[in-house]
Amino acid sequence: MTTTLRLLLLVVRESLRGRWLIGLALLLAALGELLLRFSGGGPTTLVSLLDVVLILTPLIGLVVGTMQVHHAREVTELLLAQPIARGRLFVALYLGTAIPLAVSVVVGLLAPFAWHGLLFGADGMQLLGLAGAAALLALITTAMAFVIALRADDRVRALGIALGIWLVTAVLWDGIILLTAMLLADRPIEVPLLIMLALNPLDIARVLLLLGSDAAALLGYTGAIVQRALGGAAGQVALVGLLTLWILVPWTLASRTFRRKDF
Amino acid sequence: MIVTEGLTKRFGKRVVLDGLSARIATGRITALLGPNGAGKTTFLKVLLGLARPEAGRIAIAGELLDGSPEYRANIGYMPQIVHFPGHLRGRDLLSMVQTLRGTTVKPDLSLAEAFGLTEELARPLGVLSGGTRQKINAVLAFAFTPALLILDEPTAGLDPLACRVLKDRILAERARGTTVVISSHVLAELEELADDVLFLADGKAAWSGAVSELTQKTGEHNLERAVARLLGGGMPYLAVA
Repeated sequence: MTTTLRLLLLVVRESLRGRWLIGLALLLAALGELLLRFSGGGPTTLVSLLDVVLILTPLIGLVVGTMQVHHAREVTELLLAQPIARGRLFVALYLGTAIPLAVSVVVGLLAPFAWHGLLFGADGMQLLGLAGAAALLALITTAMAFVIALRADDRVRALGIALGIWLVTAVLWDGIILLTAMLLADRPIEVPLLIMLALNPLDIARVLLLLGSDAAALLGYTGAIVQRALGGAAGQVALVGLLTLWILVPWTLASRTFRRKDF
Repeated sequence: MIVTEGLTKRFGKRVVLDGLSARIATGRITALLGPNGAGKTTFLKVLLGLARPEAGRIAIAGELLDGSPEYRANIGYMPQIVHFPGHLRGRDLLSMVQTLRGTTVKPDLSLAEAFGLTEELARPLGVLSGGTRQKINAVLAFAFTPALLILDEPTAGLDPLACRVLKDRILAERARGTTVVISSHVLAELEELADDVLFLADGKAAWSGAVSELTQKTGEHNLERAVARLLGGGMPYLAVA
């Protein structure tokens, strides 16, 4: 136990050294503060913050995750020359990267609300939901980054793939959904669109958060279908399940690659 | 005794180890020689479990390696190039490795003292010069009284004085009964150290045996020339061996 803990501490210190995470927390806090001042709190602020979180968290998770794996490569070599099981080192590497990221996102999100005493206000539950989803996204995108970085040894290539995935899932996704819906024209689109929803954890997180809010107009195609197919509560449970799968599958893949890799 | 049988390792299409079978004797210093790309570093990494061979078996001191990490508690490894976590101090690194090795015995710092490094151990590794880091790399390899030392190009980047200190330490380790495997290009370095030679070429053990046997067979009286004979075409020794 002490071994894993010690390794974890080492990786966490490495994660914090990049100052990336502190910058991310400050940026989120500043944006939250700005939105609070201009839109005066309430649901609109949360929806705007949701957009920011859905764009920023995956970007940082994917980029910092890939960089961390490559950065840690040499230290990994040093550590694996010691009597340490690879599985343990993997757990420490992943948690040491993902948890600080999740914490910095959550702290950055909540700080301005806490400052203004809105943490337990009318939208408190929504806000905590947003923070929880952001933390899940941090864990998911870090796991995805680990798969990419462990399979692509070339730093630039790995970073390119990571950015490509971010571009598709965070920026281009709505366009792709619309295009699919148009192409399918008169045919039923429920099943294909639900499958597409399941393929993008960012979309899942967005739908999950909006299902619970009054901003149903922002649900989009996939969200509307989930609401119709599953309804509010059951839909939310299913979506949380999907997000969990989105942590477990990349984690398993990355862990398998790590255990078989040459260092 | 380290015994390997039929070790095969490919990187993509390139075959780096091609059914390598070798024996490394206990309590002796074995020089791992061979041209660039012969598979020396890969062989050492396979011994450590850092690289996973596609085929073949390794037994160290009669124990067949099966992927469990415990055997590495008896190995001190000095990699060719080392990258330490920059924020750690040398001392922290040593105590961390002590924890990871699960030993309560304090790290042996006599090599650090011989290098005159005691003060540097209190500074973050990131601010140290390349040579100093290489010395700490050596200190780490020797710190936990390993039964097997694996040194990959240990003298690269060290000044002559530090080389002397390191070589004396290697000889002292042999006197203690430690098995040492050293890869090096600087053959003159190994001349005074090596008891045995394991010569790799194209991922196979092209020749292995005692240094005295090598000089006898090639008719050359120093290691450098004997190896040059091995490297230069013809390889007359193969017919003999």
